[in-house]
Amino acid sequence: MLIENVEKTTTVEELKKIASQVRRDIVRMVHCCSSGHPGGSLGCADYLVALYFREMKHNTQFTMDGINEDLFFLSNGHISPLWYSVLSRAGYFPASELGTFRKLNSRLQGHPATEEKLPGIRIASGSLGQGLSVAVGAAQAKKLNKDNRLVYVLMGDGEQQEGQVWEALMYAAHHKVDNVIAAVDYNGQQIDGPCDKVMSLGDLKAKYESFGWKVLECAEGNKMEVITETLQKAKSLTGQGKPIAILLKTEMGYGVDYMMGSHKWHGAAPNDEQLAKALAQLEETLGDY
Amino acid sequence: MKKFTFEEKIDTRSGFGVGLVEAGRLNSNVVALCADLIGSLKMGDFIKEFPDRFFQVGIAEANMIGLAAGLTIGGKIPYTGTFANFSTGRVFDQIRQSVSYSEKNVKICASHAGLTLGEDGATHQILEDIGMMKMLPHMVVINPCDFNQTKAATIAIANHYGPVYLRFGRPAVPNFTPKDQKFEIGKALLLNEGADVSIFATGHMVWEAIKAGEILEQKGIDAEIINIHTIKPLDTAAILKSVQKTKCAVSAEEHQVSGGLGESIAQVLSRNYPLPLEIVAVNDSFGESGTPDQLMEKYGLTANDIVKAAMKVVERKAAMKTLSV
Repeated sequence: MLIENVEKTTTVEELKKIASQVRRDIVRMVHCCSSGHPGGSLGCADYLVALYFREMKHNTQFTMDGINEDLFFLSNGHISPLWYSVLSRAGYFPASELGTFRKLNSRLQGHPATEEKLPGIRIASGSLGQGLSVAVGAAQAKKLNKDNRLVYVLMGDGEQQEGQVWEALMYAAHHKVDNVIAAVDYNGQQIDGPCDKVMSLGDLKAKYESFGWKVLECAEGNKMEVITETLQKAKSLTGQGKPIAILLKTEMGYGVDYMMGSHKWHGAAPNDEQLAKALAQLEETLGDY
Repeated sequence: MKKFTFEEKIDTRSGFGVGLVEAGRLNSNVVALCADLIGSLKMGDFIKEFPDRFFQVGIAEANMIGLAAGLTIGGKIPYTGTFANFSTGRVFDQIRQSVSYSEKNVKICASHAGLTLGEDGATHQILEDIGMMKMLPHMVVINPCDFNQTKAATIAIANHYGPVYLRFGRPAVPNFTPKDQKFEIGKALLLNEGADVSIFATGHMVWEAIKAGEILEQKGIDAEIINIHTIKPLDTAAILKSVQKTKCAVSAEEHQVSGGLGESIAQVLSRNYPLPLEIVAVNDSFGESGTPDQLMEKYGLTANDIVKAAMKVVERKAAMKTLSV
């Protein structure tokens, strides 16, 4: 076990409040530029809030190398509204900047990028399938540096159709990269419809296990108590010779009733009326930007 | 014409292997990755000396590029090694997003570039790699000419922060540049001063340019020969300085005519100082199996082809003078 001193300063109730504000940010951001990806952003909000506000040790005084910090990589870069909101609410940059999302001359590009030097982003993502390789490389750099913090990466489930993911899975197990925790947003949806119809993933748990990974299933990926419990279990399993995966069962669009249970809100923004309906369901806890 | 001599013929990839060990000794952050081609890339000595700093990736080049990008986060300087085809065409999007757009300090080291890979044939003889790599913002593109220069370039790129594409080859070629030369990225090297025509050559074609210069001398043409080891950033000042004297130019490269050195030079000339230019390169075709020498001859990449191109531009220059009179 690599991690011994996790500071549990944020309670589950506080995490839930933060997640509510993050969801408000997400729908407001995509509404404001009439584009972006609210579905997956809302679905993974609880997981990212748990990571950044409780489970990861990280420094909002951003450095690219992140020495002695836990690192997070977003491989499914299209859920950038979520990441930007979490980063700003955690203190990496002012929340007021969220209003520039996807607009000209913004640091908040449609998909995460480093050219604009937005604090918190370490690599561009959006073209799918690349983030796991990057995370595994960063985890190996940590080992070379005798830095015992962890590397987290989030991927989409549709993204599992990319061949490079499987190259990286094979590699990480072979090289015993046991300081990486990779989560799959297992919401069962992708742009053209349910994953099972577009390109069935089969038994993802068995596939990961047969590639040499330790797999945890998080059956309630939108329930904060279950997420934090899963993450603590995952951390306790690091340093034992196997990379760790979390199959995170989320619901796309979670928190906004009309966006749930469908792939239709994968890459569509709400209009004024829909925005008002969404915001009515999400408590403003930290103050809108 | 200055005399150029060499003691031995040796492959440029061996220069990479020796340079990599030296780079590893000079900087403990230098690490290496290989996609199942350790022997071909001459990475064995690095692995022997720095076993913990080497990562065998298997036949999975896309993953190798992503891993390399990740290794830079934490301060490592990764050198990836595989054939030029698998270093570029196979992984263009990985390089574009994770390395070039993300401005990562990755050194993409590519062997067996061009026709001189030989018998394996066109599947492996990439002739489009310079084009793909030079199109990417932030990317530096280097194609050294012999063992000594490849070694020097391999050491030098560790000191340049940012993505680099280093291209070298398989066959033994004359090793004629100085032994412990200092390699300066982006600095063209004037090999022979001349008044009648500028020959800009890169990689294996630099030696062919020297041989062409000797033949041209017998024909009464005084060739200026410049080694363009860095295609991007291109030394435009050196190119313009030379053509302002000679008033015509030939470029020579083991690459497609589209996207290569000649195209870059054409851009410099048309924007600054339009002049007759002939491009010695592969003319929009794939290669095939054969020995390196046979292929270079069949596809028009020999000293004689440079001579023909030089005589043509000298004629074009004369015709232009007549017209303007």
